[in-house]
Amino acid sequence: MIERRTPSRMLFLYGNYVILTLFAITCLFPILHMAAMSLSSNSAVTAGWVTVWPVDFNLDTYKYIVRNQSFLYSAVNSFERLSLGVSLGLALTILAAYPLSKSNLKFRSRTVYSWFFVITMIFNGGLIPTFMVVKETGLMDSIGALVIPSAVNVFNIVLMLNFFRSQPIELEESAQIDGAGAWRTLWSIYLPISKPSLATIALFTIIFHWNAWFDGLIYMNSPTHYPLQTYLRTVIVSHDLSNVNASDFSMIQNISSRTVLAAQLFVSMLPVLCIYPFLQKYFVHGLVLGSVKG
Amino acid sequence: METTGIRKSGRIASAYHLMLLPAVILVLIYSYGPIAGIVIAFQDFVPSKGWFGSDWIGLGNFEYVFNMPDTMQVLKNTLLISLMKMIVGIIFPLTLAILLSEVKNALFKRTVQTIVYMPYFLSWVILSGILVDILSPTDGIVNNALHVFGIDSIYFLGDGVWFRIVLIASHIWKELGFDTIVYLAAILSIDKSLYEAASLDGAGHMKQTWHITLPGMRPIVVLLSVLSLGNILNAGFDQVFNLYSPQVYDSADILDTFVYRIGIEQMQYGVATAVGLFKSVVSLIFISGSYFMAYRFANYRIF
Repeated sequence: MIERRTPSRMLFLYGNYVILTLFAITCLFPILHMAAMSLSSNSAVTAGWVTVWPVDFNLDTYKYIVRNQSFLYSAVNSFERLSLGVSLGLALTILAAYPLSKSNLKFRSRTVYSWFFVITMIFNGGLIPTFMVVKETGLMDSIGALVIPSAVNVFNIVLMLNFFRSQPIELEESAQIDGAGAWRTLWSIYLPISKPSLATIALFTIIFHWNAWFDGLIYMNSPTHYPLQTYLRTVIVSHDLSNVNASDFSMIQNISSRTVLAAQLFVSMLPVLCIYPFLQKYFVHGLVLGSVKG
Repeated sequence: METTGIRKSGRIASAYHLMLLPAVILVLIYSYGPIAGIVIAFQDFVPSKGWFGSDWIGLGNFEYVFNMPDTMQVLKNTLLISLMKMIVGIIFPLTLAILLSEVKNALFKRTVQTIVYMPYFLSWVILSGILVDILSPTDGIVNNALHVFGIDSIYFLGDGVWFRIVLIASHIWKELGFDTIVYLAAILSIDKSLYEAASLDGAGHMKQTWHITLPGMRPIVVLLSVLSLGNILNAGFDQVFNLYSPQVYDSADILDTFVYRIGIEQMQYGVATAVGLFKSVVSLIFISGSYFMAYRFANYRIF
């Protein structure tokens, strides 16, 4: 393209850099501010001196939260939920997506199954009936309530089946000529080549389970069973009633309910911050392809 | 030869059924179970009597809801908040995508994208924890900054009007990156020769943006807007629930938070299910309608 460097064009280009930089800073600022507060002394935070750099740098809040029982319990619950939820989710997605990726000729009941799943995407029973079913199936106050009702994700199944479908048909045919059954074809032919898709789905499932908080709030009776985000919510809600133990409070000058919350929020963000850059590329390809392909 | 082929394909089909079985059972229990459970919307549901023992009261729960003083306000809030989000949800990502597409420096572009994209992956619990702190009227950094300019503290989360502004602004903060990336990809897929031809004809950059970029993006903008219509009654439960308080119920209470309070807190299961059913049915109409339109006009299919 022929680039004409007129003065107004130059002005626009520089202005554009300035606008985008300011915008990115605005998006990032609240998060940096939290991180800075968690590393600053309480007096500096109260005085309003902390912006995006720590003032009176110290790690006392972090030393406090790693000894905080409730925080640790909930972190353990979250990791337990993560490992169960991700393995269950992946297994169910693969097993459901593979048969659905076959043509109607090869698998005649496919249409019926497809509708069976799609209907749940557009209509659901709502909060209370779902709550009742979870209660009736005896999952209340157990880790099952956090991983079983949400285990089948139809969006992930659609993603996975589109991937399976995009593979050349010869792959399956040659395997079956060699005498491989459906299970063997899936396990030894399809699974090894679908690692990138599986990784994407795994990352999304990790983020889903890490971020989920509402099921913990309504299905868990005892706070020791709360996952991390549900625990954080209770801390945020009770923000004004200082939840920091009084004896610790007088012992350590640097912590307050505010800096402790900031540290807990920041620690809870870290896993997601490590994962999400890898998902960026997927969206450009996956989502746009999915919507334009038809 | 013929019969072994049939037997083999039969064996493969039964393997397929078996593979689908676990997912089917779970969906049957946890998706279709609750759909069946909707019957309690028509009952005076008492948990101890169960689904079969509770009294049937026809549309009694619906009448009760529509006679409640708050219902109309809740419906109004829901529609208003989700419509405002829809509108800014088109304008901001579109603008940002166009601005980003003008950036030649790949590293700068990628950095901005990655930063803007980050909040999308954080939960509303974390984001509202941050918002509650920075917007605090006593010691939040936003009000501290306002004090420097001699402006009195604003109680952002305690004032009805400001609360809605915070909802919209923080919605942009969280969701912006997602649509921006889609729009950006749409811009990149526009035929480059169109720009060259326009450039030779003497069209400046502004003109090119107006006459080539925007029309080129129209299909994807229409598609995303149509699909978002299905969410008309989803004003953002996670966001509102983690930010609101009784003093802003007038302007912030939405259908989902309303259902939560009636159902989970006050345990009026029948009434809450009735409100939920109303929402599901309206959503179903909008979702089917929007997918039908997307299919007709953009040839979009989910399967």
